[in-house]
Amino acid sequence: MDFSITETQQALQETARKFGREVVRPKAAHYDELGEFPRDLIAAGYELGLLNMTVPPDLGGAGLSHLDQALVAEELAWGCVGVATSMIANDLALLPILLAGTEEQKRKFVTPFTESLRFTSFALTEPGAGSDVAGMSTTARRDGSDYVVSGSKCFITNGGYADQYTLFATTDRSQRHRGLLCLVIEGRPKGLTVGRHENKMGQRASNTVTLTFEEVRVPARNRIGAEGDGFRIAMETLDNSRPLTAMFAVGVARAALEHCLEYASQRQQFGKPIREFQAIQFMIADMAKDIQAARLLSWQSAWLLDAGQRNTLISSYAKSFAADMAMRVTTDAVQVYGGYGYIKEYPVEKLMRDAKLIQIYEGTSQIQRLVIARELFKG
Amino acid sequence: MKILVTAKRVEDPESKIKVKPDGTGIVQEGLKYKVNPFDAIAVEEGLRLIAKHQGEVVVVSIGGKEVQEQLRHALAMGANRAIWVNQAGELDQMRVAEMLQKIAQREKPDLIILGKQSIDDDQNQVGQYLAEWLGWPQATFASKVESFESEQEKNKVPALVLSSDGKKLRVVREVDGGLAVVDCQLPAVVTTDLRLNDPRYATLPGIMKAKSKPLEELTPAKLGVEVTPQLQILKMSSPPARKAGIIVPDVASLVDKLKNEAKVL
Repeated sequence: MDFSITETQQALQETARKFGREVVRPKAAHYDELGEFPRDLIAAGYELGLLNMTVPPDLGGAGLSHLDQALVAEELAWGCVGVATSMIANDLALLPILLAGTEEQKRKFVTPFTESLRFTSFALTEPGAGSDVAGMSTTARRDGSDYVVSGSKCFITNGGYADQYTLFATTDRSQRHRGLLCLVIEGRPKGLTVGRHENKMGQRASNTVTLTFEEVRVPARNRIGAEGDGFRIAMETLDNSRPLTAMFAVGVARAALEHCLEYASQRQQFGKPIREFQAIQFMIADMAKDIQAARLLSWQSAWLLDAGQRNTLISSYAKSFAADMAMRVTTDAVQVYGGYGYIKEYPVEKLMRDAKLIQIYEGTSQIQRLVIARELFKG
Repeated sequence: MKILVTAKRVEDPESKIKVKPDGTGIVQEGLKYKVNPFDAIAVEEGLRLIAKHQGEVVVVSIGGKEVQEQLRHALAMGANRAIWVNQAGELDQMRVAEMLQKIAQREKPDLIILGKQSIDDDQNQVGQYLAEWLGWPQATFASKVESFESEQEKNKVPALVLSSDGKKLRVVREVDGGLAVVDCQLPAVVTTDLRLNDPRYATLPGIMKAKSKPLEELTPAKLGVEVTPQLQILKMSSPPARKAGIIVPDVASLVDKLKNEAKVL
């Protein structure tokens, strides 16, 4: 066993940390307040290779391991997890193609993202199908050499700016998860309507929209995998992305902890800094140990992928533990700040709002527990 | 053109430096290390010059195995290859300059750019020795023509300008009370000041590519340099701690204190 990170990993972390500190942090409150798309920050991140991190070198990517990506994810989320969510959205949408696409599809649908700044969105969730993925009602009907897609998708990250979508739909609703397929939609074909940007509680920098499909024709050659493979592809994608989402939680929580360490040293009550009170010390000690536990679980879930092993169980541990941890830590951070913590001029209430979404997206904390239980009772 | 740059390993300027109780050095445990900030500026300037005029940037560092980290950082920024002089332990400025001189004689660069000083010992000597011993012109404290235009405009003002025939270099030097512009024949030695440029980030693809860029290992013996130090550090001590300031209740008492205690009014 070896918990040390390599010199290269330290260098990757250093670049991401510098980007988080010098580029993202100074603008985080601005984008949170306005809920605008942080294109300038994402473009700066693109120049540094912080987008499309999952793309392998033969398709124009940098060739980062899953653990490398996890280290970077923590730093991006430390800067602003709303911005990080928009930065990682391309990876989520490219993963299905990387996992199940043909070589030709990979070159056509993945490589262009490494050549210029483009956006792509992962479109799985529907108004009536969140946790119940197999209950989706967006249909793909085969018609000659095309599929005709009808239905709607919601909470689609970067959907308003995407040049390409990775869509999941059903060919036969009665087949449930066996009826799903995965399609790549290029550009904005006729019949695709992008809804307005959702006014969210937290992670307000990330763009979130509804997509409506009315008889949208998609060439059958844009199908990733076979008909019926959609569910498996979506689940494998989430196995790959869970370590990163878990590290987002670690990044947000670490930001909260650092703010608390500083504030508790400055804030005076009863004639001394509040860090001298055990009540504050205990909250801060709990934050620090839970952050480290979540970080190690997340690293392990990424490490399993690098070792070529299935990580469903451990990555569900990591995602649920880290998300719940971040919610707890950021709530306590507001408590450490007291009344000032509730005021927007201070940085911690944003972190609390931001953390909430991590318990919800990419599989709620409850769904992670269902996955965990299913894995535990297996065989 | 071929440009030789340096990347000395120094303590991270953001870390807290503590002197060992016995005064023999600083506490190294838990310290982070970086490329000397002035050297990072040298690497950046080298990269900007070859982006314009073609060629290669070769980065040199002297030290134990750990200095490979700083060499990799320069490679990740975009340097083409690295030379590592494997020499752990203390070295004085003259020995460092001598090693660089030997490397310059092997590599025959058109230009050597190094930090004006390293932020650990702040000696500010190596560049000057090196130029003297090579018999090359030197332009120390390279800075740039400041502009009051926007950030973007500022970046357009090049600091080191190569003449059209590629034989001469114009350098803006920071001197007391202003700037001096000098022209020098190549090959030359330039040392960088703080305002010359803003070093780039190492990109993720750059960091990954750096792993496979060539890194040559040399030793002082191979270079024919005797490393016995001629300088000995007798004692290190922290600067005396400053007394805490006070907050005065009003202007009148401030004036009173300035007049009667500080006696500056």
